[in-house]
Amino acid sequence: VSRPKSALRARYLKWHALLVYVFLFLPIVILIVFSFNHARSGTDWTGFSTRWYHQLIHDPDVLRAFRATLKVAFIATAAATVIGTLGAFALARFHFFGRAGYSTLVFISLVMPEVVMGISMLAFFKRELHWQTNLNTVILAHIAFCIPFVVVVVRARLAQFDDRLIDAASDLGATPTQSFLRIVLPLAAPGIAAGAMLAFTISLDDLVITHFTTGPGGTTLPNYIFGELHFGVSPAINALSTIVLLFSLLLLTLAGILSVRSSRRGAGGIDATAIA
Amino acid sequence: MTAPSAETSSNEAGAPHRARRVPDWVKGHILLLPTSVVFLFLLIIPTWIVIQISLARRVEFPLFGRFSWHHLVWSNYSDALNPVYLPIMIRSIEYAAFATLICIALGFPLAYWIARFSGRFRNVFLVLVIIPFLTSYLIRIYAWRVILGGDGLLNTTLGHLGLGSSHEFTNTSGAVILGLVYGFLPFMVLPLYASIERMDKALIEASYDLGHGKASTFWRVILPSVLPGLVAGVLLVFIPAVGDFVTADYLGGVRTRVIGQVIDDNFVGGGNNWPLGSALSMLLMLFILIGVFVYLWRVGEDTL
Repeated sequence: VSRPKSALRARYLKWHALLVYVFLFLPIVILIVFSFNHARSGTDWTGFSTRWYHQLIHDPDVLRAFRATLKVAFIATAAATVIGTLGAFALARFHFFGRAGYSTLVFISLVMPEVVMGISMLAFFKRELHWQTNLNTVILAHIAFCIPFVVVVVRARLAQFDDRLIDAASDLGATPTQSFLRIVLPLAAPGIAAGAMLAFTISLDDLVITHFTTGPGGTTLPNYIFGELHFGVSPAINALSTIVLLFSLLLLTLAGILSVRSSRRGAGGIDATAIA
Repeated sequence: MTAPSAETSSNEAGAPHRARRVPDWVKGHILLLPTSVVFLFLLIIPTWIVIQISLARRVEFPLFGRFSWHHLVWSNYSDALNPVYLPIMIRSIEYAAFATLICIALGFPLAYWIARFSGRFRNVFLVLVIIPFLTSYLIRIYAWRVILGGDGLLNTTLGHLGLGSSHEFTNTSGAVILGLVYGFLPFMVLPLYASIERMDKALIEASYDLGHGKASTFWRVILPSVLPGLVAGVLLVFIPAVGDFVTADYLGGVRTRVIGQVIDDNFVGGGNNWPLGSALSMLLMLFILIGVFVYLWRVGEDTL
C-alpha cells in the first residue's frame, strides 16, 4: 500500500513551517527595524537614525543595570554549574536510598511557577531573616533556580554514559582518579557546558524571580526594561532590546562553535533538546 | 567537593580489584550535599513560610498574626476562592490551556517537519526555533506591543490604508493568549522534536504495509510514540503560562487580569495582602502539583 497524497502532506508541512518561522521572527525583525527609527514615539517611519543607541550607551542607569545583570549571571552560573553538576553525578551514577526523593525535588523546583518561587524567597529573606533585599539576594535566588536546569542537562548527558569504558580503563591499569579525569569528565564536559550555558541564559533573561528578590541598587536589565515599559513603547527600549538580542545571538554562536568542535572530537554536541 | 571521586581514590589508588569501596549512598549524599543545602534554604523553608503566612490572620501590613497550630486561619483560602478571585484563577487556567492547544497546533507539524527533514540544514531549522527562545521573554512580549499597541505598527498601517488607526488590539484575551503562545512555543517544539526524531520510521512503514490509513497510523502509531514529548511540551508550556503575569501586564488590561498579577500585586504592588497572596500561590502550586504527579505516575520519573 503506497502512501496517498504524501507529496501534498509534505508541501503542507513545508508551508506550515514557513508560516511559523515568519510568526517567530517577524515581531523581532520589526522591533529591530524600529530601533533605528528617528521618531521619538509611535511607529511612523521618519528616517534612519542611530540616536537611540548613542543615548543608551551614555545612560548611567542602563550601564549600571547591564553590569548588575552580568554580575548576577556569572556568579549564579558558576555556583549553579558546580553544585548542579555534583548533584547530577550523584543522581546519574549512584543508586541509593533517597535518590527518587531528590529527583522529585528537582522536578518540583522546575515546575514551580516563577511567581511562587519569587514570593517564597521574598517572604523568607524579608520576613524570616529580616534582610534588606538587594543584588546579593538576587544572586542567591538565581543560584537556587539555575541548579535544577544544570542537574537535568548534565544528568541527561551522563545517562548515555557507557560504564564499560570505566571497566576498560581499570583493566588497563587506570586509577579511579585517572579514569574520572580522563574519561568521565571529558565525556560529561559538553553536558556541563550546555548546562552552564542554559543557566547563564535563563539568569540573564530572568525578570520574575529578580522582580521579587531585588531591592535598592539591585536593578538588572530585564527589571529596568520592565519598569521603563510601563511608560509605553519607546525607541530607546527598542534599541536596548536589539542589543540584548545581539548579545544572546553571540552567546548562541559561541555555544554552537563549542558544540561543533566538541562533536568533531567525538564527544557529542551540546544537545539543545536535553533541556526537555 | 569539586573532584567527586577524590574521596574514593585515596582508598583505592593502585587497587585493581576495587577493594573497600565507599558505598554508593555515602557518595551520593556527599555529592548532593550542596544541592540539598540550597534546596533546603531557598526552596523548602521559603515554601513552608509561605504556607504559614497563608494560614495567618491579616492585621495590617506588614504585620499579620503569628502562625499557630492552634489557630489556623482558613479565611485566606476562602477569600482566594471567593467570587472575586475564583474567576481570575479560572481565566488564568483558560488562557494557559488555549495557549497550550495553539502551541500544539503550531508546534507539532513544525517539529514533525524538522525531524523528518532529510537535508543538511535540519540543525539550522532547529536552531531557528531556539533563537527566539534565547531572546528575553520580556523583549518578545514587548515586540508585540510595538505591533499591537495603541500607536503600534498595526494601527499605523491601518491608518495609512484609511481603515482607522484607533483599534484596540491589546487589552483583549486574544492578545494575552497570542503573547503566551509566542513566548512559550519553543518549549513545545523542542521536546516534540526530540521524541519524533527518536521515533522509528520503520513503524510507520509497517503500519502502512499492514493496511492502516493515514489517520489510523497517526492515532495508533505516531501519537503513542511521541506522547512523552507531547506531555513534556504541555507541561513546559502550561505551567509557566498559568503563573505568568508579564504577558497580561503588557498585552492585557483590567478585563484580562490573571492570577500571577494578583499575587504580584499583593506582595510588591498596592494590594499589600501577603496572607491572601500566599493562599493564592499555594492553590496555584497545588493545582500544578496534581498535574505533575499525574504525569510522573503515567509517564515515569526517568523520562524527565
